[in-house]
Amino acid sequence: MTNKEKYDQVFIDSFSVTADQLNEGLVYQSVQQWDSIGHMGMVAALEDAFDIMLETDDIIDFGSYLKGIDILAKYEVVV
Amino acid sequence: MKSFFNDLEYFSDATVFSTKSEEINYERLLKDVEECSLHFKSRNLVFILCENSIECVIGYLSCLRTGLVPLLISSSLDEELLLELLNSYKPNFIWTNRNLDSLNEKWKMVHSNRTYQLLKSTDHFEHSFHNDLALLLMTSGSTGSPVLVRISYKNLVENAISISQSLSISQQDIPITTLPINYSYGLSIINSHLLKGCKIVLTEEGVLSKNFWYLVNAKGVTTFGGVPYTYQMLKRLGFEKMHLPSVSKLTQAGGKLDSNLVKYFAESCADKGIQFFVMYGQTEATARMSCLPAKDAIRKSGSIGTPIPNGSFYLLDDANNVISESDEVGELYYEGPNVSMGYAYSLTDFSKGDENEGVLATGDLAKMDKEGYYYLVGRKKRFIKVFGNRISLDEVENLSQKNGYSSVCTGMDDKLIIYTTQENNLKELKDMISAKIGIHHSAITVRYIPDFPRNDSGKILYSKLKVD
Repeated sequence: MTNKEKYDQVFIDSFSVTADQLNEGLVYQSVQQWDSIGHMGMVAALEDAFDIMLETDDIIDFGSYLKGIDILAKYEVVV
Repeated sequence: MKSFFNDLEYFSDATVFSTKSEEINYERLLKDVEECSLHFKSRNLVFILCENSIECVIGYLSCLRTGLVPLLISSSLDEELLLELLNSYKPNFIWTNRNLDSLNEKWKMVHSNRTYQLLKSTDHFEHSFHNDLALLLMTSGSTGSPVLVRISYKNLVENAISISQSLSISQQDIPITTLPINYSYGLSIINSHLLKGCKIVLTEEGVLSKNFWYLVNAKGVTTFGGVPYTYQMLKRLGFEKMHLPSVSKLTQAGGKLDSNLVKYFAESCADKGIQFFVMYGQTEATARMSCLPAKDAIRKSGSIGTPIPNGSFYLLDDANNVISESDEVGELYYEGPNVSMGYAYSLTDFSKGDENEGVLATGDLAKMDKEGYYYLVGRKKRFIKVFGNRISLDEVENLSQKNGYSSVCTGMDDKLIIYTTQENNLKELKDMISAKIGIHHSAITVRYIPDFPRNDSGKILYSKLKVD
């Protein structure tokens, strides 16, 4: 699996969304399942998938599907 | 006895509510409350769709001051369930920030305050209320036919006083909301701080939001509460490294916090000079029943502490004898002025008097150590707590059945496990339950099982169902 595929799969699993919802419109609390609990699940899943450990500020800043791509770049994960 | 809703006048020019865009004092609050109260003449039932906002609390306080009985409801409640509630309980008013498209033309807007509207039914229903009844809360905030807890004026006033004593709340305390107002613990944080004339920061943002931490620092927040899940998130955020200069007091309730987390927070809080209080409560006791003093957080880690002022605990064994030995397990009973009047299963129950007479069988199994500190060890009743919300396993089974699934449920805190004999539709069942009970799907596991394990008389053998 490519990084992009892994990244997308985490969103699909964590928030029960479909592939066509993976765009700039997918932001924190924009879908019912992306609440605080879904958010923590997503963070844990990304950490597992890419073997990284996100910092406090990055967990809090991770407000959208697109923003997450920038954040992962800081951990040398290119999506 | 001082009342947090009747004695608001006392604090006049002190700030009462602060949000990201507004700050108002007690005098202004009172003015808004009085305006809203003009529409409340006789004892009526009001549905309040709750959010942490000034206008929502105005509706709540107006009800208490004028003798209307509010039922506090989560503002994100499934619309179908809301309609069922309207049908069952026939309120004459709804205080809402939500556009309720499915309401018919008999609802007319008669008042508004900021984002909230007061809707009045033109089809008046005459309820009969017991004189002492002040408030109705839902036990689980979820399933189709929820059980309501009947709370009296005395319950509210007494519990606010006991909590404020347990935590030594003073006017210098500045809490920020982390829990919904329709949740008894969230509500009791508001009540116990209004009693002392505090400034309360109201927000819908949670600990994962940047704006939340901005408010904590900008408003000089000194305290907040959290359910076990809140503390799991704080741990993951690296609480030990967070710089929180204004915070001096944290409380935890709404379920048992894992002992490693208790230790982690007791120690990190001690390092930061923050007092960490573990508390125990139930909606049936208005909110809270016991408190572990911060000074004992490390020494008595895992304990729910001792009863709040004016309350007492005792343990009963299977033969209903009082247990006097320490370290012996029995069902935990609580006695105190905050024990609710009882349940309501339908609107005819609103006229009932106090059925509990000050004593609550908690359904929790506990033991007491030699120094009189209590510890929870299990549960007698079939329910679990998921993210602080009580979920009745039997209710989930009924809900599945109602929607055409045959299922039995088990689980542990933060993990609901549903076994079904229908092999297809596992995901549909999971999504349906998740939507109906308002719990994130990650806490729900649905498994196929060819037959439910039963004993000779056909009773489900829950102990045979795997929990992991």
